[in-house]
Amino acid sequence: MSAVLFDVPGPKARRRYRIIAVVWVGVLVAAAAAAIWKLYTEDQFTARQWEPFVTPRLMLELLKGLGWTILAAVLAIIPAVFFGLLFGVGKLSDHAVVRWPSWLVVEFFRAVPLLMLIIFIWSMRGFPRGDFVALVLGLILYNGSVLAEIVRAGVNAVPKGQAEAAYSVGLRKTQVMTIVQLPQAIKIMLPSLVSQCIVALKDTSLGFYVLAPGLTYAGRELWRTFNNYLAVAIVLGLIYIILNLLLTWLASYLDRRYNTSGGSQVQIVAGQIQTKA
Amino acid sequence: MEGLAANADLIVRGFWETLKLLAASGALALVLGTLVGIARVSPIGIMRSSAALWVTTFRNVPLLILLFFTYYALPPIGIDFGFFVMVTMAMGLYTSAFVAEAIRSGINGVGVGQAEAARSIGMPFSLTMSQVVLPQAFRLVVPPMASVFIALTKNTSLAAGFGIAEATFRLSGSLRDFPGDRVVLFLGIAVGYIIIVETISLGATLLERRWRVA
Repeated sequence: MSAVLFDVPGPKARRRYRIIAVVWVGVLVAAAAAAIWKLYTEDQFTARQWEPFVTPRLMLELLKGLGWTILAAVLAIIPAVFFGLLFGVGKLSDHAVVRWPSWLVVEFFRAVPLLMLIIFIWSMRGFPRGDFVALVLGLILYNGSVLAEIVRAGVNAVPKGQAEAAYSVGLRKTQVMTIVQLPQAIKIMLPSLVSQCIVALKDTSLGFYVLAPGLTYAGRELWRTFNNYLAVAIVLGLIYIILNLLLTWLASYLDRRYNTSGGSQVQIVAGQIQTKA
Repeated sequence: MEGLAANADLIVRGFWETLKLLAASGALALVLGTLVGIARVSPIGIMRSSAALWVTTFRNVPLLILLFFTYYALPPIGIDFGFFVMVTMAMGLYTSAFVAEAIRSGINGVGVGQAEAARSIGMPFSLTMSQVVLPQAFRLVVPPMASVFIALTKNTSLAAGFGIAEATFRLSGSLRDFPGDRVVLFLGIAVGYIIIVETISLGATLLERRWRVA
């Protein structure tokens, strides 16, 4: 793609590009050096700051936090898939009685900030300390609603002829949905499902606000003891990046594995669901 | 009901904070994101890869961790511009990655012939981008950009834990003060967010209609 925007560089342009590249690298190196110098002068590289991350007992705490985070993500995403299937198909229903409530539920939970939802559930449960349940319930409702939209887009992306053929061999409406449209829709929406898992995993960090066990809470305990905010932020950030890159890789693997035939695809581009023919 | 009425003043002020945060971090994200988006398609390899690294980093780190970084980690080492700026910085950086992705998808969506035509009349990369590709890309970018800003609106709620008395902060305070009115308070503040979100998507629809390519 990018090759379309500029000509194949000639000798002059190549020299110019090389100069810009060198200057750019210089700027980056200077910025990095300045940052490192600043951190060094502020005593951010002392053993005291980083020691907790190689102390077995504290590493175990962090690992436990990671376990809770992954547990929250798994416990949220599995029911969310069922929620999404239910309400996504509900939004496609022929009956207005089913369609409108599904629409209302999905639109409401998609529009409301997740944190607000979690705090509300927390308050309804009487503000218990460390409310893992509120975190998971909030994640289910929010991600379920997003998945409902993905399911709807996925079903709509299945070629029309499939449903028509199913009707013509005498299948009933429910059968057309469950044995013809949905299985193909799930294949189409698999990559966006994994993308949504990434969102859910990132959002488990919100457990911090209700003091639910997880990575962010473990980090809080660490910096309360060692006063090493920067080190904790960097380590937690790296853990999340690694987990998410693994999921991204899984998404592109599934995409290659199941969508090689060039069929239609449901993609999330910058948080927006798009159907590609 | 009286919980909502008694807090109406605080809630309105909370939404004012939400809007201020949305405007400030939205502007920061738009500027940074456009620069990064352009760098991602530039002819210089090292710029492309540093822009890609930027997007990968800020897209995969939870916003909350970035807030830890700007709000807790930077002030002790002497980088502190006050709560509002530090929170804005985290939200702007986080959102810039999504803006960059939206811009890139917009640039990819402009027909190949447009850039080829621009090059064939001798325009260099800078002119091709600024005169031909970007003006068309901005039109295509409107719907995904609206989604980014809607997500940002909801993300501003994270500031509740970081010294900014915005709408979600007001919610959690009033949920404690008026236990009987929790559902009403929740729905009332939810309506506030829905109004902001709907305004953004309405604005996007209008822009899209206005800028539609014939």
